[in-house]
Amino acid sequence: MKSAIVVFPGTNRERDMAIALKRVTGKAPAMLWHRDTSLPDVDLVVLPGGFSYGDYLRCGAMAAHSPIMAEIRSFAQKGGHILGVCNGFQILTETGLLPGALLRNANLRFLSQDCHLRVERTDTPFTHKWEKGAVFRTPLAHGDGNYTADAQTLERLEGEGLVAFRYAGADGTVRAEDTTTNPNGSINSIAGIISENTRICGMMPHPEDLVDPLMGGEDGLPLFEGLVEAFVR
Amino acid sequence: MKKTVDLSLAQEFGLTPEEYDRVLKIMGRTPSLTELGVFSVMWSEHCSYKSSRKWLRTLPTTAPWVIHGPGENAGVVDIGEGYAAIFKMESHNHPSFIEPYQGAATGVGGILRDVFTMGARPVANLNALRFGSPETPRTRQIIDGVVRGIGGYGNCVGVPTVGGEINFHPAYDGNPLVNAMTVGIARKDRIFLSAAAGVGNPVVYVGSRTGRDGIHGATMSSAEFDENALAKRPTVQVGDPFIEKLLIEACLELMATDAIVAIQDMGAAGLTSSSVEMAGKGGVGIELDLDAVPQREPAMTAYEMMLSESQERMLIVLRPDRTEIARKIFEKWELDFAVIGHLTDTGHIVVKHKGAVEADIPLDPLAEQAPIYDRPATTPVAPAPLEGVHAPLSLDAMLLRLVGSPDLASRAWVWNQYDSTVGGQTVRRPGAADAAIVKIEDTTLGLALTTDCTPRYCRADPKTGGAQAVAEAWRNITATGARPLAVTDNLNFGNPEKPEIMGQFVAAIEGMGEACRALDFPVVSGNVSLYNETRQPDGSTMSILPTPAIGALGVLEDVSKAIGLGMTDGTAVVLVGETRGELGQSIWLREILGREEGPPPRVDLAAEKRNGDFVRAEILNGTISACHDLADGGILVGVAEMVMASRIGCELESPDSGIRPEAFWFGEDQARYLVCVSDAEDFCARAEKAGVPARLIGRAGGSDLILPSGVTISAARLAVAHEAFFPALMER
Repeated sequence: MKSAIVVFPGTNRERDMAIALKRVTGKAPAMLWHRDTSLPDVDLVVLPGGFSYGDYLRCGAMAAHSPIMAEIRSFAQKGGHILGVCNGFQILTETGLLPGALLRNANLRFLSQDCHLRVERTDTPFTHKWEKGAVFRTPLAHGDGNYTADAQTLERLEGEGLVAFRYAGADGTVRAEDTTTNPNGSINSIAGIISENTRICGMMPHPEDLVDPLMGGEDGLPLFEGLVEAFVR
Repeated sequence: MKKTVDLSLAQEFGLTPEEYDRVLKIMGRTPSLTELGVFSVMWSEHCSYKSSRKWLRTLPTTAPWVIHGPGENAGVVDIGEGYAAIFKMESHNHPSFIEPYQGAATGVGGILRDVFTMGARPVANLNALRFGSPETPRTRQIIDGVVRGIGGYGNCVGVPTVGGEINFHPAYDGNPLVNAMTVGIARKDRIFLSAAAGVGNPVVYVGSRTGRDGIHGATMSSAEFDENALAKRPTVQVGDPFIEKLLIEACLELMATDAIVAIQDMGAAGLTSSSVEMAGKGGVGIELDLDAVPQREPAMTAYEMMLSESQERMLIVLRPDRTEIARKIFEKWELDFAVIGHLTDTGHIVVKHKGAVEADIPLDPLAEQAPIYDRPATTPVAPAPLEGVHAPLSLDAMLLRLVGSPDLASRAWVWNQYDSTVGGQTVRRPGAADAAIVKIEDTTLGLALTTDCTPRYCRADPKTGGAQAVAEAWRNITATGARPLAVTDNLNFGNPEKPEIMGQFVAAIEGMGEACRALDFPVVSGNVSLYNETRQPDGSTMSILPTPAIGALGVLEDVSKAIGLGMTDGTAVVLVGETRGELGQSIWLREILGREEGPPPRVDLAAEKRNGDFVRAEILNGTISACHDLADGGILVGVAEMVMASRIGCELESPDSGIRPEAFWFGEDQARYLVCVSDAEDFCARAEKAGVPARLIGRAGGSDLILPSGVTISAARLAVAHEAFFPALMER
């Protein structure tokens, strides 16, 4: 799998993502600058976490207008695979590549903690290493991760099975109204969604920060291993 | 601002009549307003260390692994494999009371700059916080702002906040302490210093534009607060972590070239201190053209620009043939870049603005004739022995109360607002071990990081308290398996013009120095914050508890050998170190009996070293699976903390020690550890051989803490008591 990570001014989890990708591919991903106007030949583009443009105006809003985003839109149109994590997810919704929006956390505070995610769909390149309903642990770290969408969009997401991950208890129970299992107040406990063609995935938590037993576990590894398997060529 | 420069203005700027006399002698004329401003900030307590310098010199600062001790922007130690750790702790106390969010945020920003200015990528932040009584209404507001400020800045720049400490005491009601520490990593042969060199070399300004914020901040923080403190809000700076993040990346990119001759951040006293210190250290002169300074507001005067403490700015002396390379890097990161002057051979700082010379000061006398005071100090009175102590409650009731008390309750509510995992190198997150563990990317090295101080001990006996702060930091690092290397100190005290406060300061430094020498644990950087007092409406002043906060760093050659503090199932729990049952100044005494009395526990540095060296060697040999140093709350609180961290229980044996139960279980004797081992008999035999007291006190297993009486407290119940305090205080 050939991968690339986009760096915007204020991006700060590009190194974490590079470590995770290198772990599964054996080679360092290409690092792209937000002003680049062409993409290298890659299978996967990652929009990593951070505070692009300081999260000023609205998280991801300014990054969505960076020169490289035109390339990423056309990469998406051509069926390219894109993973957006945290700020990257926010950028994907701001760009319109994924629906919905990320609001301020329900408790109005930055949250940095482990959470559990339940895998809702397993026939995608991002999730096929898990069993349906599998639960895995992952860190999250954000101030604006409270996913929302209008009623029609939500109905479509749920109806078409476009929810990839939901916040859950360690036992897999999903309770949207309970902040111990749905820490940021996301609607329907949605933690990550997928595009209709299953090639664009956006999620708030950071599986890339849990790929090494030394750092507390490898619970996030299946996502990256799954991507590599999807791109054996 | 048209003001006549005279003694009364000098006094308004914080200079004494004698100091102003000295200014007149150096200048041979009445200084200009800008010159007076330069003298007043350079000679402020904050910048000149005039009350503390005499005593700071007595601290040990060298060791074979120390690359740069005090005097640079931060301390530098060799951690092996060609890498150096660069670290420092600094206070932002006064601004954090006036405007908690920005005060704390800019405290983090300032200490980050001190570290990356030396060429290091910041890899960890810690912070030592002291707040007033939880019952004081403003305390909540200050905690809320400080925690949001630390998180808001640290999270955005992408440096994990991995550790620190929080204490509460009414003595901090009007003067909270915010001490921020940053640790960075650099190649040992790529360290950047601040001494300017090369007459004619360009002086370059990079980063944010200069505004009118923070003018005279250094002077403000060198005076006690009165009831009008909050009116000083305009002297507090405003931070922009996004710009700081760009500045880190741009500076590190520039540092990978050979363009930089010298570099320093613009911290307290901004452009003044950075230009004066860089030129002064290099023995050259400097000429600045303020017309070229990037400005945020129109019509700023020379005085305002020289005194502004606008954040996220750096001053760099470049090789002249590399100016364009540097400019391109800063343009890439969309930061201001301006050549604002050059080095000269005059030995003067000359400041020009709009065609006029606004300041022309000889640098040598400005530094060399800076006031230094040997202030009168009274020896602290030894506390009376503790008497008449008896336990009013059952052991389990006292334990539940202690683990839920403000100083011992879970800090998760705070930590969970700080990004502790960004960077992907956090091996032990806050609360998982006695020190935070951060791996050095692409190596097997790990850093162990902690901050420590027990202010109530320091008030009762400043010398013992100073030694204890160093010893506890050393112990916390040892308890992870790391080798303690060096400390940074952040000395927070009251008004040094009062002999009793100066006495606390002198005694605390004496104790710190003794401990640093005995433990081979030199001081490589630090900061002094004095005048932490609040004038009360009735005219009296309230001083903070003497708080010499210690930030410390240790190294693990193989980070996978680091251990945490959570109980390991099926192991024997062994107490290492001698227990006499010292309850003076203990948390138990304060929380259960409401008394703050007696002498603090003795600090026996030889025992400290012997016990710690033994424990560390055992950890590295793999015989210890969990370790927790004993501090606040003593053995029983220590056991409970190990149970709560793992949710694995422990069955305790009857101590049979001849010591009263409350003294045995809650005494705060020093130089002790709790360890989990698989073979207690073997372990205790080796300890005996090493001259280290060790005894089995219980067995880990199940999910309950079982007291010797048979009374059972579940780990879950302990956790409920432990976790209630912060949410109840802050979310009501």
